Amino acid sequence: MNLHEYQGKALFREYGLPVSTGIACDTAEEAVAAAKQIGGDMWVVKAQVHAGGRGKAGGVKLVKTDAEIREFCDRLIGTRLVTYQTDAGGQPVSKILVESCTDIATELYLGAVVDRASRRIVFMASTEGGVEIEKVAHETPEKILKAAIDPLTGAQPYQARDIGFQLGLTATQLKQFTQIFLGLAKLFDEKDVALIEINPLVITTEGNLHCLDAKVVIDSNALYRHPELVAMHDPSQEDEREAQAARWELNYVALDGNIGCMVNGAGLAMGTMDTVKLHGGAPANFLDVGGGATKERVAEAFKIILSDTNVKAVFVNIFGGIVRCDMIAEGIIGAVEEVGVKVPVVVRLEGNNAEKGAEILRQSGLNIIAGDSLSDAAQKVVAAAGGAQ
Amino acid sequence: MSILINRDTRVICQGFTGKNGTFHSEQAIAYGTKMVGGVTPGKGGTEHLNLPVFNTVRDAVDATHADASVIYVPAPFVMDSILEAVNAGVSLIVCITEGVPTLDMLKCKVACDQAGVVLIGPNCPGVITPDECKIGIMPGHIHLKGRVGIVSRSGTLTYEAVKQTTDMGFGQSTCVGIGGDPIPGSNFIDILGRFQNDPETEAIVMIGEIGGTAEEEAAEFIKAHVTKPVVSYIAGVTAPAGKRMGHAGAIISGGKGTAAEKFAALETAGVTVTRNLGEIGQTLKIATGW
Repeated sequence: MNLHEYQGKALFREYGLPVSTGIACDTAEEAVAAAKQIGGDMWVVKAQVHAGGRGKAGGVKLVKTDAEIREFCDRLIGTRLVTYQTDAGGQPVSKILVESCTDIATELYLGAVVDRASRRIVFMASTEGGVEIEKVAHETPEKILKAAIDPLTGAQPYQARDIGFQLGLTATQLKQFTQIFLGLAKLFDEKDVALIEINPLVITTEGNLHCLDAKVVIDSNALYRHPELVAMHDPSQEDEREAQAARWELNYVALDGNIGCMVNGAGLAMGTMDTVKLHGGAPANFLDVGGGATKERVAEAFKIILSDTNVKAVFVNIFGGIVRCDMIAEGIIGAVEEVGVKVPVVVRLEGNNAEKGAEILRQSGLNIIAGDSLSDAAQKVVAAAGGAQ
Repeated sequence: MSILINRDTRVICQGFTGKNGTFHSEQAIAYGTKMVGGVTPGKGGTEHLNLPVFNTVRDAVDATHADASVIYVPAPFVMDSILEAVNAGVSLIVCITEGVPTLDMLKCKVACDQAGVVLIGPNCPGVITPDECKIGIMPGHIHLKGRVGIVSRSGTLTYEAVKQTTDMGFGQSTCVGIGGDPIPGSNFIDILGRFQNDPETEAIVMIGEIGGTAEEEAAEFIKAHVTKPVVSYIAGVTAPAGKRMGHAGAIISGGKGTAAEKFAALETAGVTVTRNLGEIGQTLKIATGW
């Protein structure tokens, strides 16, 4: 689960990290009042969306007057911000963060992720702050400094010092950096973070370290033990169909093609998309109905798939392990009748009671095309959607 | 021979009296697995499926001399269950549960490594040695005792590979679902090494998917240590970057973890790859000359 910058900074503040005074606002009026409350004669206003690249997209601005704040809020609130990290539709803006200004001398980078290969939380720091860190890692990997955290002992001050010296920090900054590093490690552990980035971590003109941005991603599997983080969930930032699918415990990801896919199992769902592509078609979605595919969930899956108007045919690919294919067949029939499916449906059933399932589909009198094998079904569904592209 | 489990493996179940534990234990017993008991705190001293129920894993291991434990408890209780099993002295833990917090797994993995315990999963279908022992949720009837070792991050894709190798008459020595999480208890390398050393395994099918670099590491390992034919399929060629495809671990992030990179690494290592899911069995036939 992604957090907004203002939410991430609230966590930073809680863990003793230096962040700007800021207030998240819903309206221009609130933003003007917030600036007054913060004080000073210059502020930064930042659109709150779950995507990076906001600065270049016009979602961050330095403002000096109420009029400028109003103009910024009126221009952005209620619209969608398109950045290089979003799709063409962009992300909706409903909140603006108003912050005090920071005078920047140097921009650094500090982040942490769960590194799958080493099975450790790994901190990464770089003198190349403020830019895309993936690019730095790719082009100049020697500029990325790393520290792996032992899961049993946790982060240690020497690891912060080690990185701090290499970053060329002064004695005072080194102390500040150690505090930030250890605070971030504590936050990572206690809040079940999956990824955290401070980009940039700046050195101010006064020579102090300061967290200018906050990107925090929480491990969704751990939300059950963090009600305070669940409260930070912003569904408006998620794809509507994906969110609807999640309510039915269905995993759905929208794609650009025209062949809807309904599959049991995440691996097979990906494999099905790839098979469609291999036969010249284009998958419209990833959808895993899961192991316990009931009639209701199959019906819901059909509704979600068909809510994408690009879909010209649906490919149902089920490998009945524990689940029985005859039950799935009945679910499909129920769904097709209830939802009123108008596009061709190709079904491939394999495993438990597959033949019985196929027989039920044949006798239903519905326009359901049976696939004999994975390849056969894929060819049929590609043809049904208008042929290979 | 086989790897990890065989007809002598004595298995207990944590979460035994729950819905999943009950259903899959019944299936395992029917398959011939030597289930020797189960654990449900507070229900010790009772019987379930004609097997003894214990309050703690320690009690269960003391009484039944179990070697392996299969875990079906809900995700919030998985770390506790794994650590309890580690400390009770089982040598193999198979965790089926999906949705375990990643940081819990970092800790569990260290505990398992320190104790020398093999952990398979979580978020996996389990392990099966056909006709001998089934630990997990895979359908037993599609398997055939034979000579192919199968290792996969995905349950249903394992079933596809199993079915194809059964249909071709090759059969399987052991099938291991290592699970779809970012931090699995065992990785491809751990299982590939065991298949290489198992005389009954004559060829290996490895099924990977997008996300992480486990397949690339496996490719390096195969090049250096595996002399048996390896056939590989990677799912997720069409998956968009930055989107989690069902499995917690199936995500292309920062441009890393694509299917193309994995196919390339495996081909460089001399692995026979197929991009056609329906042709795993056929590819194996060509690779082995069977």
